[in-house]
Amino acid sequence: MSVYEPWDEARGAEIIAEHSQLEGGTLVILHALQEAFGYVPEAAIAMVASALNLSRAEVYGVFTFYHDFRKKPAGHHVLKLCRAEACQAAGGDRLAALAEAKLGITIGDTTADERVTLEPIYCLGLCATAPSAMLDGRVIGRLDEARIDALVAEAQR
Amino acid sequence: MTMRIYVPRDAGAVAVGAHDVALALEQAVAARGLVVEIVRTGSRGLYWLEPMIEVTTPPGRVAFGPVSTRDVMSLVDALVSGCPHPLQLGLVDNIPWLKRQTRLTFARCGVVDPRSLDDYRKHGGYKGLERALTLTSDAILADITASGLRGRGGAGFPTGIKWKTVTQASADRKFIVCNADEGDSGTFADRMIMEGDPFVVIEGMTIAGITVGAAKGYIYIRSEYPHAVAAMNAAIIAAKRGGYLGTRIVGSSHSFDLEVRVGAGAYVCGEETSLLESLEGRRGLVRAKPPLPAHQGLFGKPTVINNVLSFAAIPFILDGGAKAYAEFGMGRSRGTMPIQLAGNVKYGGLFETVFGVTLGELVDDIGGGTFTGRPVRAVQVGGPLGAYFPRALFDTPFDYEAFAARDGLIGHGGIVVFDDSVDMAKQARFAMEFCAIESCGKCTPCRIGSTRGVETIDKIRRGELVSENLAVVEDLCNTMKFGSLCALGGFTPYPVMSALKHFREDFSPAPQRLQAAE
Repeated sequence: MSVYEPWDEARGAEIIAEHSQLEGGTLVILHALQEAFGYVPEAAIAMVASALNLSRAEVYGVFTFYHDFRKKPAGHHVLKLCRAEACQAAGGDRLAALAEAKLGITIGDTTADERVTLEPIYCLGLCATAPSAMLDGRVIGRLDEARIDALVAEAQR
Repeated sequence: MTMRIYVPRDAGAVAVGAHDVALALEQAVAARGLVVEIVRTGSRGLYWLEPMIEVTTPPGRVAFGPVSTRDVMSLVDALVSGCPHPLQLGLVDNIPWLKRQTRLTFARCGVVDPRSLDDYRKHGGYKGLERALTLTSDAILADITASGLRGRGGAGFPTGIKWKTVTQASADRKFIVCNADEGDSGTFADRMIMEGDPFVVIEGMTIAGITVGAAKGYIYIRSEYPHAVAAMNAAIIAAKRGGYLGTRIVGSSHSFDLEVRVGAGAYVCGEETSLLESLEGRRGLVRAKPPLPAHQGLFGKPTVINNVLSFAAIPFILDGGAKAYAEFGMGRSRGTMPIQLAGNVKYGGLFETVFGVTLGELVDDIGGGTFTGRPVRAVQVGGPLGAYFPRALFDTPFDYEAFAARDGLIGHGGIVVFDDSVDMAKQARFAMEFCAIESCGKCTPCRIGSTRGVETIDKIRRGELVSENLAVVEDLCNTMKFGSLCALGGFTPYPVMSALKHFREDFSPAPQRLQAAE
């Protein structure tokens, strides 16, 4: 589980200033904001735009283009299941359905108690030890029913 | 001599418990008061044996695997007493799966400590750069051209020509960009080399820099690869400290600096112009070519943009290996290709070999068929945009042109194996769905065609007007193929059309198949 700071404008400005001299650094800044706060608060978009001398629309466009950036915080734990071909070949679809059933949500959603967010990921590069997953940044390969059970249980704790 | 135990820190090994094994080993040797050095390496690429650990012995390194934490106690006992252990695999160099390979690019991967510049140098590292520093740009270009190296990202463009174009371009600044946005399912060679031998990528990029006259390079790594990001960043710091990056590298008049930039989950950014947009901090919208990146690339400046494996092949070539490299291979595909066996395969992993090996040898012989034990029905070669090949085409040699002649591509060298439970209509649907999710939205055939493709294949799978809808899918594929700017929209028809062509029976409304698929 990752611990994030609550959104704070001064802290946000500090993070933006830290990277604003980088050439083409919009993604670097968005990543840094998300790393600190767990998501990219809407208020930060305008701050990034003004720091980089871009329009808010441009920064918002970048923010929404990339799958990684979040509009709101995720659940306490994020379980990403690889949904790409190598994991499909190794039985990943069935395990994904199992994880959905156990958590009572579909992929892309967060449980009502905000404990777990279940997300798709298109390839972790662990294709020779498929099916694979990532729980809060930790990689897990050779998934089977027992491992999915254990991962879901760990995420719910 | 202190006993050394090598444990991989490669993400593929970590995903199956390598960190836990390393920790258990540390505790077990400490409990026995043994003096043992535990070195964390990359992976050798024999993933069915991971976590595979290696132990120094007088005749060479001996491997054990797959090791779990439960095996650690008995393993340490066996090492102390010299008794055999059931997990022992013998001398690493004699493992047939490794012995059959021609490891040029991956020679050091799994062998060296990826965080140690000294270890890299001890194993022949930086010899290519040292020689390159004594040569003119033209002489370096002559070596690259003579090697026959073609871009390993998928397009197979001759590297020598690309570099020459950038060398001849005049500009106040030029850039070297490494495409490490390895998004194709079934591929992991870039990840492995970045985690297992990051200095070889740095050396390759540095040679590119001094050749074309660029002082700055970027490595764009996808965010799904946090271990690779950490490994590259650590290696860059070590290279800077050692004087191999920065101003006046190794006492020469050249300066070259590197920076890692992390992607944000967009598959299309693996396309070179989309990647450049992303590096500039924008949406990853594909650019029309021309202008080529070699003329107007990053920030509008002449840019060498190559795949990780292309850069990683350079040090060997510059260390007097151009001729040797060119002597491997077949036709216009020279040298070696790190092939990745993945999915439902018994012996999955990285197999670097010379071009010309057949698909059947790779899947049945080297890969050992499926791990489920069921017959192989289809293999997808070259990622989500690559064609599905049936057994009937297993005589196709691994070669850019041979695959193209059969409406396929080798792409980045990934092979995903499927057994006979696969529903090819479902796979064709997924190809369209993936394109719809990942389309940058610039070209209408890709943006809308992919969504219409999903809907139409759904109709076929439900048995609605099957032959009419099949005609629609074929027409759609044709439009996408010729009406899209980049390979995402342009190549999505490969998996779809190959599934239609070779596995037509899966597209007929046979109720038993539909049930099996759900």
